Amino acid sequence: MSTSDILVLAEIQRGTLADITSELLAAARGLVSPSGGEVVAAVLAANGGAFVPALGAADRILLIDHPALANYSPEPYLAALGEVVGARAPRAVLIGATSMGWDLAPLLAARLDAPLALGCKEIAFEDSALRVTSSFCGGKMLAELRIDRTPAVLMVLPGAYRPGETPGKAQVESWKLSASLEPAAIRFDEFQLPEAGDVDITQQDILVAVGRGIQQKENVELAEQLAQVLGGAVCASRPVVDQGWLPPTRQVGKSGMTVKPKLYLALGISGAPEHQEGMKNSELIIAVNTDARAPIFDIAHYGAQVDALELLPALVEAVQARKG
Amino acid sequence: MNIAVILRQVPDLIEPLEVDASGAALDLSAATFVVNETDDHALEQALLLKESGRGTVTVVALDFGEVDNTLYTAAAKGADRIVKVAWEQTQAPSPHAAAAPLAEALRTLAPDLVLVGVQAHDELDGVLAPLLATRLGLPYVGVIRGVKAAADGRTVVVCKEFPGAVMARLTVRLPAVLGILGADQPPRYVPVSRIRAAMKSTRFEEVSHAAGLGPSGIAVTRMAPPPAGARAEMLTGSEAEVAQRITELLAEKGLLK
Repeated sequence: MSTSDILVLAEIQRGTLADITSELLAAARGLVSPSGGEVVAAVLAANGGAFVPALGAADRILLIDHPALANYSPEPYLAALGEVVGARAPRAVLIGATSMGWDLAPLLAARLDAPLALGCKEIAFEDSALRVTSSFCGGKMLAELRIDRTPAVLMVLPGAYRPGETPGKAQVESWKLSASLEPAAIRFDEFQLPEAGDVDITQQDILVAVGRGIQQKENVELAEQLAQVLGGAVCASRPVVDQGWLPPTRQVGKSGMTVKPKLYLALGISGAPEHQEGMKNSELIIAVNTDARAPIFDIAHYGAQVDALELLPALVEAVQARKG
Repeated sequence: MNIAVILRQVPDLIEPLEVDASGAALDLSAATFVVNETDDHALEQALLLKESGRGTVTVVALDFGEVDNTLYTAAAKGADRIVKVAWEQTQAPSPHAAAAPLAEALRTLAPDLVLVGVQAHDELDGVLAPLLATRLGLPYVGVIRGVKAAADGRTVVVCKEFPGAVMARLTVRLPAVLGILGADQPPRYVPVSRIRAAMKSTRFEEVSHAAGLGPSGIAVTRMAPPPAGARAEMLTGSEAEVAQRITELLAEKGLLK
Protein backbone atom coordinates (compact mmCIF):
# COMPACT_ATOMS: atom_id res chain seq x y z
CA MET A 1 0.00 0.00 0.00
CA SER A 2 1.55 3.26 -1.06
CA THR A 3 1.31 6.52 0.78
CA SER A 4 0.89 10.00 -0.66
CA ASP A 5 4.39 10.94 0.47
CA ILE A 6 6.99 12.28 -1.93
CA LEU A 7 10.49 11.11 -1.07
CA VAL A 8 13.50 13.26 -1.99
CA LEU A 9 17.06 12.00 -2.09
CA ALA A 10 19.12 14.62 -0.25
CA GLU A 11 22.34 14.58 -2.23
CA ILE A 12 25.60 15.07 -0.40
CA GLN A 13 28.72 15.67 -2.45
CA ARG A 14 32.05 15.67 -0.64
CA GLY A 15 30.49 16.64 2.66
CA THR A 16 28.24 19.36 1.27
CA LEU A 17 24.51 19.29 0.63
CA ALA A 18 24.12 19.76 -3.13
CA ASP A 19 21.94 22.62 -4.45
CA ILE A 20 19.71 20.14 -6.25
CA THR A 21 18.32 19.01 -2.89
CA SER A 22 16.45 22.26 -2.19
CA GLU A 23 15.14 22.23 -5.76
CA LEU A 24 13.82 18.68 -5.31
CA LEU A 25 12.19 19.66 -2.01
CA ALA A 26 10.41 22.53 -3.80
CA ALA A 27 9.18 20.15 -6.49
CA ALA A 28 8.00 17.71 -3.84
CA ARG A 29 6.16 20.44 -1.93
CA GLY A 30 4.13 21.24 -5.02
CA LEU A 31 3.08 17.61 -5.25
CA VAL A 32 2.07 16.93 -1.68
CA SER A 33 -0.07 20.00 -1.13
CA PRO A 34 -3.08 18.66 -3.00
CA SER A 35 -2.63 15.06 -1.93
CA GLY A 36 -1.98 15.64 1.74
CA GLY A 37 1.17 13.54 2.02
CA GLU A 38 4.51 14.47 3.48
CA VAL A 39 7.73 15.69 1.89
CA VAL A 40 10.31 13.20 3.11
CA ALA A 41 14.04 13.88 2.74
CA ALA A 42 16.27 10.82 2.84
CA VAL A 43 19.80 11.64 4.00
CA LEU A 44 22.33 8.91 3.26
CA ALA A 45 25.57 9.65 5.07
CA ALA A 46 27.98 8.48 7.72
CA ASN A 47 26.51 11.09 10.03
CA GLY A 48 23.66 13.03 8.47
CA GLY A 49 22.70 15.10 11.49
CA ALA A 50 24.80 18.02 10.31
CA PHE A 51 22.55 18.48 7.29
CA VAL A 52 19.27 18.75 9.21
CA PRO A 53 19.28 22.58 9.50
CA ALA A 54 19.47 22.88 5.70
CA LEU A 55 16.49 20.56 5.18
CA GLY A 56 13.80 22.62 6.83
CA ALA A 57 11.65 22.47 3.71
CA ALA A 58 10.99 18.78 4.40
CA ASP A 59 8.23 17.52 6.66
CA ARG A 60 10.27 14.51 7.70
CA ILE A 61 14.01 14.04 7.57
CA LEU A 62 15.15 10.44 7.57
CA LEU A 63 18.72 10.08 8.77
CA ILE A 64 20.15 6.89 7.35
CA ASP A 65 23.58 6.76 8.93
CA HIS A 66 26.16 4.10 8.17
CA PRO A 67 29.94 4.17 7.78
CA ALA A 68 29.61 2.65 4.28
CA LEU A 69 27.69 5.80 3.23
CA ALA A 70 30.55 8.18 4.05
CA ASN A 71 31.50 8.50 0.38
CA TYR A 72 29.33 7.68 -2.58
CA SER A 73 29.43 4.21 -4.02
CA PRO A 74 26.38 2.83 -5.81
CA GLU A 75 25.88 -0.46 -4.00
CA PRO A 76 25.50 0.65 -0.38
CA TYR A 77 23.56 3.73 -1.46
CA LEU A 78 21.18 1.63 -3.54
CA ALA A 79 20.72 -0.93 -0.77
CA ALA A 80 19.92 1.79 1.75
CA LEU A 81 17.66 3.80 -0.53
CA GLY A 82 15.91 0.66 -1.76
CA GLU A 83 15.13 -0.38 1.80
CA VAL A 84 13.68 3.03 2.69
CA VAL A 85 11.58 3.30 -0.47
CA GLY A 86 10.37 -0.27 -0.11
CA ALA A 87 9.31 0.24 3.48
CA ARG A 88 7.79 3.72 3.19
CA ALA A 89 6.16 3.17 -0.21
CA PRO A 90 6.09 6.83 -1.32
CA ARG A 91 4.01 7.94 -4.30
CA ALA A 92 7.16 9.18 -6.02
CA VAL A 93 10.90 9.37 -5.45
CA LEU A 94 12.64 12.54 -6.70
CA ILE A 95 16.33 12.24 -7.54
CA GLY A 96 18.49 14.87 -9.24
CA ALA A 97 19.89 14.29 -12.73
CA THR A 98 23.41 14.39 -11.32
CA SER A 99 26.37 12.04 -11.39
CA MET A 100 24.92 10.22 -8.39
CA GLY A 101 21.38 10.38 -9.71
CA TRP A 102 22.30 8.85 -13.06
CA ASP A 103 23.33 5.74 -11.11
CA LEU A 104 20.75 5.58 -8.39
CA ALA A 105 17.53 6.56 -10.15
CA PRO A 106 17.70 3.90 -12.89
CA LEU A 107 19.11 1.26 -10.54
CA LEU A 108 16.36 1.92 -8.00
CA ALA A 109 13.67 1.79 -10.68
CA ALA A 110 15.09 -1.44 -12.06
CA ARG A 111 15.34 -3.00 -8.62
CA LEU A 112 11.74 -2.09 -7.73
CA ASP A 113 10.42 -2.64 -11.25
CA ALA A 114 9.14 0.91 -10.97
CA PRO A 115 8.57 3.43 -13.77
CA LEU A 116 11.40 5.89 -14.33
CA ALA A 117 11.11 9.26 -16.05
CA LEU A 118 14.25 11.12 -17.17
CA GLY A 119 14.78 14.82 -17.80
CA CYS A 120 11.84 15.94 -15.64
CA LYS A 121 11.13 19.67 -15.88
CA GLU A 122 7.55 19.84 -14.60
CA ILE A 123 5.70 17.37 -12.39
CA ALA A 124 2.05 17.52 -11.40
CA PHE A 125 -0.88 15.31 -10.56
CA GLU A 126 -3.66 14.86 -13.09
CA ASP A 127 -6.51 12.88 -11.56
CA SER A 128 -4.62 10.20 -9.69
CA ALA A 129 -1.77 9.94 -12.19
CA LEU A 130 1.47 11.84 -12.33
CA ARG A 131 1.91 14.08 -15.36
CA VAL A 132 5.53 14.81 -16.17
CA THR A 133 7.07 17.07 -18.81
CA SER A 134 10.47 15.72 -19.78
CA SER A 135 13.21 17.18 -21.92
CA PHE A 136 15.16 14.86 -24.18
CA CYS A 137 17.15 14.80 -27.42
CA GLY A 138 19.55 17.37 -26.00
CA GLY A 139 16.73 19.71 -25.07
CA LYS A 140 15.36 19.77 -28.60
CA MET A 141 12.18 17.88 -27.73
CA LEU A 142 9.68 17.82 -24.88
CA ALA A 143 7.52 14.83 -23.98
CA GLU A 144 4.49 14.69 -21.74
CA LEU A 145 4.34 11.49 -19.74
CA ARG A 146 1.55 9.88 -17.74
CA ILE A 147 2.53 7.58 -14.89
CA ASP A 148 -0.06 5.53 -13.04
CA ARG A 149 2.15 3.03 -11.26
CA THR A 150 3.58 3.59 -7.80
CA PRO A 151 6.24 4.44 -6.80
CA ALA A 152 7.44 6.51 -9.72
CA VAL A 153 11.13 7.35 -9.83
CA LEU A 154 11.62 10.81 -11.31
CA MET A 155 15.03 12.14 -12.31
CA VAL A 156 14.69 15.92 -12.14
CA LEU A 157 16.81 18.32 -14.17
CA PRO A 158 18.85 20.72 -12.04
CA GLY A 159 17.42 24.21 -12.40
CA ALA A 160 13.92 22.99 -13.26
CA TYR A 161 12.63 24.15 -9.87
CA ARG A 162 13.58 27.12 -7.74
CA PRO A 163 14.21 26.40 -4.06
CA GLY A 164 11.00 27.12 -2.16
CA GLU A 165 10.43 29.21 0.93
CA THR A 166 7.65 27.10 2.45
CA PRO A 167 8.94 25.51 5.63
CA GLY A 168 8.08 21.91 6.40
CA LYS A 169 7.53 20.22 9.74
CA ALA A 170 11.17 19.10 9.68
CA GLN A 171 10.67 16.15 12.02
CA VAL A 172 13.87 14.16 12.32
CA GLU A 173 13.73 10.39 12.32
CA SER A 174 16.67 7.99 12.52
CA TRP A 175 16.34 5.00 10.25
CA LYS A 176 17.72 1.70 11.46
CA LEU A 177 19.00 -0.13 8.43
CA SER A 178 18.36 -3.84 8.19
CA ALA A 179 20.11 -4.21 4.82
CA SER A 180 23.75 -5.22 4.85
CA LEU A 181 25.76 -2.51 3.12
CA GLU A 182 29.06 -4.35 2.72
CA PRO A 183 31.12 -5.90 1.33
CA ALA A 184 30.53 -4.44 -2.13
CA ALA A 185 31.95 -5.06 -5.59
CA ILE A 186 32.53 -1.32 -6.09
CA ARG A 187 34.87 0.38 -3.65
CA PHE A 188 35.36 4.13 -3.27
CA ASP A 189 39.08 4.92 -3.18
CA GLU A 190 39.48 8.69 -3.25
CA PHE A 191 38.43 11.97 -4.79
CA GLN A 192 40.78 13.46 -7.34
CA LEU A 193 40.62 17.23 -7.54
CA PRO A 194 41.49 19.13 -10.74
CA GLU A 195 45.12 20.02 -11.10
CA ALA A 196 45.96 23.60 -10.20
CA GLY A 197 47.64 25.81 -12.75
CA ASP A 198 44.99 26.12 -15.43
CA VAL A 199 42.69 29.14 -15.70
CA ASP A 200 39.89 29.11 -13.11
CA ILE A 201 36.89 29.80 -15.33
CA THR A 202 34.62 30.29 -12.31
CA GLN A 203 36.53 33.49 -11.52
CA GLN A 204 36.39 35.04 -15.01
CA ASP A 205 34.13 38.01 -15.84
CA ILE A 206 34.15 37.19 -19.54
CA LEU A 207 33.91 33.70 -21.00
CA VAL A 208 34.06 32.75 -24.66
CA ALA A 209 32.48 29.32 -24.76
CA VAL A 210 32.91 26.94 -27.68
CA GLY A 211 30.88 23.87 -28.56
CA ARG A 212 30.61 21.27 -31.26
CA GLY A 213 30.14 24.02 -33.84
CA ILE A 214 33.81 24.91 -33.52
CA GLN A 215 34.36 21.77 -35.63
CA GLN A 216 38.07 21.16 -35.05
CA LYS A 217 40.82 21.73 -32.54
CA GLU A 218 42.63 24.33 -34.63
CA ASN A 219 39.56 26.59 -34.48
CA VAL A 220 39.81 26.86 -30.70
CA GLU A 221 42.66 29.28 -31.43
CA LEU A 222 40.12 31.69 -32.99
CA ALA A 223 38.17 31.67 -29.73
CA GLU A 224 41.41 32.19 -27.79
CA GLN A 225 42.09 35.30 -29.88
CA LEU A 226 38.64 36.68 -29.09
CA ALA A 227 39.02 35.89 -25.39
CA GLN A 228 42.34 37.68 -25.40
CA VAL A 229 40.99 40.89 -26.93
CA LEU A 230 38.01 40.80 -24.56
CA GLY A 231 40.19 40.10 -21.52
CA GLY A 232 38.49 36.80 -20.74
CA ALA A 233 39.06 33.07 -21.06
CA VAL A 234 37.87 30.23 -23.24
CA CYS A 235 35.64 27.49 -21.88
CA ALA A 236 33.68 24.72 -23.59
CA SER A 237 30.77 22.35 -23.61
CA ARG A 238 31.34 18.63 -23.03
CA PRO A 239 31.90 17.47 -26.66
CA VAL A 240 34.90 19.79 -27.00
CA VAL A 241 36.46 18.40 -23.81
CA ASP A 242 35.61 14.84 -24.85
CA GLN A 243 37.63 15.46 -28.00
CA GLY A 244 40.58 16.57 -25.91
CA TRP A 245 40.62 20.05 -27.46
CA LEU A 246 40.42 21.71 -24.02
CA PRO A 247 41.09 20.29 -20.55
CA PRO A 248 38.25 19.24 -18.19
CA THR A 249 38.92 22.33 -16.05
CA ARG A 250 37.43 24.39 -18.92
CA GLN A 251 34.20 22.39 -19.13
CA VAL A 252 30.96 24.14 -18.22
CA GLY A 253 27.89 22.15 -17.27
CA LYS A 254 26.56 19.34 -15.16
CA SER A 255 29.81 17.46 -14.89
CA GLY A 256 32.01 20.52 -15.28
CA MET A 257 32.07 23.95 -13.71
CA THR A 258 29.19 26.24 -12.81
CA VAL A 259 29.95 29.79 -13.92
CA LYS A 260 28.24 33.17 -13.49
CA PRO A 261 30.33 35.61 -15.57
CA LYS A 262 29.29 39.09 -16.65
CA LEU A 263 29.42 37.87 -20.26
CA TYR A 264 28.95 34.33 -21.56
CA LEU A 265 29.44 34.26 -25.31
CA ALA A 266 28.29 30.82 -26.48
CA LEU A 267 29.67 29.91 -29.92
CA GLY A 268 28.38 26.81 -31.66
CA ILE A 269 26.81 25.45 -28.48
CA SER A 270 23.32 23.96 -28.87
CA GLY A 271 22.56 24.33 -25.17
CA ALA A 272 21.59 20.89 -23.89
CA PRO A 273 20.11 20.97 -20.37
CA GLU A 274 23.37 19.59 -18.99
CA HIS A 275 25.25 22.61 -20.36
CA GLN A 276 22.61 25.15 -19.36
CA GLU A 277 22.90 23.90 -15.80
CA GLY A 278 26.40 25.34 -15.58
CA MET A 279 25.88 28.77 -17.17
CA LYS A 280 22.24 29.81 -17.12
CA ASN A 281 22.80 32.36 -14.35
CA SER A 282 25.37 34.36 -16.32
CA GLU A 283 24.60 38.08 -16.29
CA LEU A 284 24.64 38.44 -20.08
CA ILE A 285 24.36 35.49 -22.46
CA ILE A 286 24.95 35.96 -26.18
CA ALA A 287 24.46 32.81 -28.22
CA VAL A 288 25.61 32.14 -31.78
CA ASN A 289 24.35 29.06 -33.55
CA THR A 290 23.28 28.18 -37.09
CA ASP A 291 20.29 26.18 -35.77
CA ALA A 292 17.39 28.53 -35.02
CA ARG A 293 15.86 25.89 -32.76
CA ALA A 294 18.98 25.42 -30.63
CA PRO A 295 17.88 25.38 -26.96
CA ILE A 296 20.61 27.87 -26.07
CA PHE A 297 18.42 30.61 -27.58
CA ASP A 298 15.79 29.86 -24.91
CA ILE A 299 18.04 31.15 -22.15
CA ALA A 300 20.23 33.63 -24.05
CA HIS A 301 19.56 37.35 -23.80
CA TYR A 302 20.76 37.91 -27.35
CA GLY A 303 21.18 35.45 -30.18
CA ALA A 304 22.47 35.33 -33.73
CA GLN A 305 21.80 32.63 -36.29
CA VAL A 306 25.18 32.78 -38.04
CA ASP A 307 28.24 30.56 -38.40
CA ALA A 308 30.44 30.99 -35.34
CA LEU A 309 33.57 30.31 -37.38
CA GLU A 310 32.68 33.13 -39.78
CA LEU A 311 31.73 35.44 -36.93
CA LEU A 312 34.87 34.96 -34.82
CA PRO A 313 37.41 36.86 -37.00
CA ALA A 314 34.86 39.60 -37.67
CA LEU A 315 34.20 39.98 -33.96
CA VAL A 316 37.91 40.08 -33.09
CA GLU A 317 38.36 42.82 -35.68
CA ALA A 318 35.31 44.79 -34.51
CA VAL A 319 36.34 44.66 -30.85
CA GLN A 320 39.92 45.66 -31.66
CA ALA A 321 38.67 48.58 -33.77
CA ARG A 322 36.33 49.71 -30.99
CA LYS A 323 39.03 49.55 -28.37
CA GLY A 324 41.40 51.43 -30.64
CA MET B 1 39.88 -9.45 -20.37
CA ASN B 2 36.89 -10.06 -22.57
CA ILE B 3 34.93 -6.87 -23.07
CA ALA B 4 31.49 -6.44 -24.58
CA VAL B 5 30.41 -3.07 -25.91
CA ILE B 6 26.83 -2.10 -26.73
CA LEU B 7 26.41 0.20 -29.73
CA ARG B 8 23.10 1.96 -30.33
CA GLN B 9 21.71 4.02 -33.16
CA VAL B 10 20.16 7.38 -32.30
CA PRO B 11 18.63 10.10 -34.46
CA ASP B 12 21.21 12.64 -35.58
CA LEU B 13 20.45 15.89 -33.75
CA ILE B 14 21.98 17.87 -36.58
CA GLU B 15 18.81 17.12 -38.54
CA PRO B 16 15.49 18.68 -37.47
CA LEU B 17 13.40 16.34 -35.32
CA GLU B 18 9.78 15.77 -36.24
CA VAL B 19 6.83 14.33 -34.34
CA ASP B 20 4.73 11.65 -36.07
CA ALA B 21 0.99 11.73 -36.77
CA SER B 22 0.17 10.27 -33.35
CA GLY B 23 1.65 13.39 -31.75
CA ALA B 24 3.33 11.22 -29.13
CA ALA B 25 6.40 9.78 -30.84
CA LEU B 26 9.31 10.90 -32.95
CA ASP B 27 8.86 10.51 -36.68
CA LEU B 28 11.91 8.47 -37.55
CA SER B 29 10.90 7.67 -41.13
CA ALA B 30 13.18 10.35 -42.54
CA ALA B 31 15.66 10.50 -39.68
CA THR B 32 19.36 10.01 -40.14
CA PHE B 33 20.85 7.67 -37.57
CA VAL B 34 24.28 7.92 -36.02
CA VAL B 35 26.06 5.91 -33.39
CA ASN B 36 25.19 7.05 -29.88
CA GLU B 37 28.01 9.36 -28.84
CA THR B 38 28.74 7.86 -25.42
CA ASP B 39 28.57 4.35 -26.91
CA ASP B 40 31.31 5.44 -29.32
CA HIS B 41 33.37 6.43 -26.29
CA ALA B 42 32.60 3.04 -24.71
CA LEU B 43 34.00 1.34 -27.81
CA GLU B 44 37.11 3.51 -27.70
CA GLN B 45 37.62 2.68 -24.02
CA ALA B 46 37.26 -1.03 -24.77
CA LEU B 47 39.83 -0.83 -27.56
CA LEU B 48 42.25 1.03 -25.28
CA LEU B 49 41.85 -1.64 -22.59
CA LYS B 50 42.46 -4.36 -25.15
CA GLU B 51 45.56 -2.58 -26.43
CA SER B 52 46.92 -2.18 -22.91
CA GLY B 53 46.87 -5.91 -22.30
CA ARG B 54 45.33 -9.04 -23.64
CA GLY B 55 41.71 -9.59 -24.39
CA THR B 56 38.98 -9.26 -26.92
CA VAL B 57 36.37 -6.68 -27.79
CA THR B 58 32.95 -7.91 -28.84
CA VAL B 59 30.45 -5.38 -30.13
CA VAL B 60 26.78 -6.16 -29.57
CA ALA B 61 24.02 -4.21 -31.28
CA LEU B 62 20.36 -4.50 -32.16
CA ASP B 63 19.64 -4.82 -35.86
CA PHE B 64 17.94 -1.45 -36.18
CA GLY B 65 18.43 1.59 -38.38
CA GLU B 66 21.73 1.92 -40.19
CA VAL B 67 23.54 -0.30 -37.72
CA ASP B 68 25.59 -2.21 -40.33
CA ASN B 69 27.66 0.89 -41.13
CA THR B 70 28.31 1.41 -37.44
CA LEU B 71 29.31 -2.22 -36.99
CA TYR B 72 31.68 -2.24 -39.97
CA THR B 73 33.28 0.92 -38.57
CA ALA B 74 33.69 -0.80 -35.19
CA ALA B 75 35.35 -3.76 -36.91
CA ALA B 76 37.68 -1.41 -38.79
CA LYS B 77 38.64 0.22 -35.50
CA GLY B 78 39.66 -3.13 -34.04
CA ALA B 79 36.63 -4.94 -32.60
CA ASP B 80 37.23 -8.71 -32.70
CA ARG B 81 33.66 -9.96 -32.89
CA ILE B 82 30.41 -8.38 -34.01
CA VAL B 83 27.14 -9.76 -32.67
CA LYS B 84 23.98 -8.45 -34.29
CA VAL B 85 20.83 -9.15 -32.31
CA ALA B 86 17.54 -9.46 -34.19
CA TRP B 87 15.09 -6.59 -33.80
CA GLU B 88 11.84 -7.29 -35.59
CA GLN B 89 9.82 -4.33 -34.34
CA THR B 90 9.20 -1.36 -36.60
CA GLN B 91 9.57 1.18 -33.79
CA ALA B 92 12.92 2.22 -32.36
CA PRO B 93 13.99 0.16 -29.36
CA SER B 94 13.24 1.83 -26.04
CA PRO B 95 15.71 1.10 -23.22
CA HIS B 96 13.33 -1.42 -21.65
CA ALA B 97 12.63 -3.12 -24.96
CA ALA B 98 16.33 -3.23 -25.84
CA ALA B 99 17.47 -4.49 -22.45
CA ALA B 100 15.82 -7.90 -22.67
CA PRO B 101 17.37 -9.16 -25.95
CA LEU B 102 20.71 -7.48 -25.31
CA ALA B 103 20.94 -9.02 -21.83
CA GLU B 104 20.17 -12.42 -23.32
CA ALA B 105 22.99 -12.02 -25.85
CA LEU B 106 25.39 -10.82 -23.15
CA ARG B 107 24.53 -13.75 -20.91
CA THR B 108 25.68 -16.09 -23.67
CA LEU B 109 28.91 -14.14 -24.20
CA ALA B 110 29.68 -13.99 -20.45
CA PRO B 111 32.13 -11.06 -20.76
CA ASP B 112 34.32 -9.83 -17.91
CA LEU B 113 33.31 -6.25 -18.55
CA VAL B 114 30.34 -4.66 -20.31
CA LEU B 115 30.79 -1.06 -21.48
CA VAL B 116 27.75 0.98 -22.48
CA GLY B 117 27.31 4.69 -23.08
CA VAL B 118 25.92 6.21 -19.91
CA GLN B 119 23.10 7.88 -21.79
CA ALA B 120 21.43 8.01 -25.17
CA HIS B 121 19.81 11.31 -25.98
CA ASP B 122 16.53 9.67 -26.99
CA GLU B 123 16.06 7.84 -23.69
CA LEU B 124 12.93 8.97 -21.85
CA ASP B 125 11.77 6.18 -19.59
CA GLY B 126 14.81 4.07 -18.81
CA VAL B 127 18.60 3.91 -18.96
CA LEU B 128 19.99 0.93 -20.79
CA ALA B 129 23.23 0.25 -18.91
CA PRO B 130 21.74 -0.15 -15.41
CA LEU B 131 18.84 -2.12 -16.88
CA LEU B 132 21.36 -4.54 -18.36
CA ALA B 133 23.29 -4.75 -15.10
CA THR B 134 20.13 -5.50 -13.17
CA ARG B 135 19.04 -8.19 -15.61
CA LEU B 136 22.52 -9.75 -15.52
CA GLY B 137 22.86 -9.42 -11.75
CA LEU B 138 26.09 -7.46 -12.12
CA PRO B 139 27.33 -4.36 -10.29
CA TYR B 140 26.94 -1.05 -12.12
CA VAL B 141 28.42 2.39 -11.91
CA GLY B 142 28.08 5.14 -14.51
CA VAL B 143 29.24 8.62 -15.52
CA ILE B 144 32.68 7.09 -15.99
CA ARG B 145 35.47 8.95 -17.72
CA GLY B 146 38.41 6.59 -17.98
CA VAL B 147 38.98 2.91 -17.11
CA LYS B 148 42.25 1.17 -16.26
CA ALA B 149 42.72 -2.57 -15.85
CA ALA B 150 44.30 -3.48 -12.53
CA ALA B 151 47.30 -5.78 -12.41
CA ASP B 152 45.32 -8.49 -10.61
CA GLY B 153 43.14 -9.03 -13.68
CA ARG B 154 40.05 -9.21 -11.50
CA THR B 155 39.32 -5.51 -11.06
CA VAL B 156 39.30 -2.25 -12.99
CA VAL B 157 39.93 1.24 -11.65
CA VAL B 158 37.51 3.84 -12.94
CA CYS B 159 37.06 7.60 -12.66
CA LYS B 160 33.52 8.75 -11.97
CA GLU B 161 32.93 12.38 -12.87
CA PHE B 162 31.40 14.86 -10.44
CA PRO B 163 30.78 18.61 -10.82
CA GLY B 164 33.77 20.93 -10.77
CA ALA B 165 36.01 18.55 -12.73
CA VAL B 166 36.24 16.41 -9.58
CA MET B 167 36.73 12.68 -10.13
CA ALA B 168 36.04 9.85 -7.72
CA ARG B 169 38.38 6.93 -8.17
CA LEU B 170 36.58 3.63 -7.67
CA THR B 171 37.79 0.04 -7.83
CA VAL B 172 35.29 -2.28 -9.49
CA ARG B 173 35.40 -6.04 -9.16
CA LEU B 174 34.66 -7.92 -12.38
CA PRO B 175 32.39 -8.91 -13.95
CA ALA B 176 30.63 -5.56 -14.05
CA VAL B 177 28.74 -3.12 -16.24
CA LEU B 178 30.05 0.44 -16.63
CA GLY B 179 28.21 3.46 -18.01
CA ILE B 180 30.80 5.38 -20.00
CA LEU B 181 30.64 9.16 -20.37
CA GLY B 182 34.05 9.57 -21.97
CA ALA B 183 37.01 7.39 -22.88
CA ASP B 184 40.59 8.05 -21.86
CA GLN B 185 41.07 9.52 -25.33
CA PRO B 186 38.69 10.72 -28.06
CA PRO B 187 37.17 8.05 -30.32
CA ARG B 188 39.71 7.19 -32.99
CA TYR B 189 39.33 8.15 -36.61
CA VAL B 190 39.26 5.33 -39.08
CA PRO B 191 39.79 5.95 -42.79
CA VAL B 192 37.09 4.95 -45.26
CA SER B 193 39.46 2.52 -46.96
CA ARG B 194 39.69 0.46 -43.78
CA ILE B 195 35.92 0.48 -43.36
CA ARG B 196 35.57 -0.76 -46.93
CA ALA B 197 38.08 -3.50 -46.18
CA ALA B 198 36.14 -4.44 -43.04
CA MET B 199 32.94 -4.68 -45.09
CA LYS B 200 34.59 -7.39 -47.15
CA SER B 201 36.23 -9.31 -44.33
CA THR B 202 33.83 -8.98 -41.38
CA ARG B 203 31.19 -11.59 -40.65
CA PHE B 204 28.41 -10.62 -38.29
CA GLU B 205 27.25 -13.23 -35.80
CA GLU B 206 23.49 -12.87 -36.05
CA VAL B 207 21.41 -14.06 -33.12
CA SER B 208 17.71 -14.17 -32.46
CA HIS B 209 16.17 -14.10 -29.02
CA ALA B 210 13.16 -15.22 -27.07
CA ALA B 211 13.10 -12.24 -24.74
CA GLY B 212 9.87 -10.26 -24.71
CA LEU B 213 9.55 -6.52 -24.57
CA GLY B 214 9.88 -5.05 -21.14
CA PRO B 215 7.21 -2.50 -20.17
CA SER B 216 8.34 0.83 -18.75
CA GLY B 217 5.14 1.74 -16.93
CA ILE B 218 5.06 5.13 -18.61
CA ALA B 219 2.74 6.41 -21.33
CA VAL B 220 3.92 9.20 -23.62
CA THR B 221 0.85 11.34 -24.28
CA ARG B 222 2.37 14.16 -26.31
CA MET B 223 5.63 15.25 -27.87
CA ALA B 224 6.63 18.64 -29.25
CA PRO B 225 9.71 20.78 -29.71
CA PRO B 226 10.04 23.45 -27.03
CA PRO B 227 8.96 26.94 -28.08
CA ALA B 228 11.88 28.29 -30.11
CA GLY B 229 13.85 31.31 -29.01
CA ALA B 230 11.59 31.99 -26.07
CA ARG B 231 13.90 34.61 -24.65
CA ALA B 232 16.71 35.72 -26.93
CA GLU B 233 16.51 38.97 -28.87
CA MET B 234 17.88 37.89 -32.23
CA LEU B 235 20.58 39.94 -33.95
CA THR B 236 20.25 39.77 -37.71
CA GLY B 237 22.45 40.53 -40.66
CA SER B 238 25.76 39.33 -42.03
CA GLU B 239 28.55 38.06 -39.78
CA ALA B 240 30.21 41.48 -39.98
CA GLU B 241 26.97 43.22 -39.02
CA VAL B 242 26.33 40.83 -36.14
CA ALA B 243 29.93 41.33 -34.97
CA GLN B 244 29.39 45.08 -35.00
CA ARG B 245 26.13 44.78 -33.07
CA ILE B 246 27.67 42.51 -30.44
CA THR B 247 30.57 44.96 -30.05
CA GLU B 248 28.11 47.81 -29.49
CA LEU B 249 26.23 45.76 -26.91
CA LEU B 250 29.41 44.98 -25.01
CA ALA B 251 30.41 48.64 -25.07
CA GLU B 252 26.96 49.71 -23.82
CA LYS B 253 27.24 47.30 -20.91
CA GLY B 254 30.75 48.39 -19.98
CA LEU B 255 32.33 45.10 -20.95
CA LEU B 256 34.97 46.52 -23.28
CA LYS B 257 37.89 47.73 -21.22
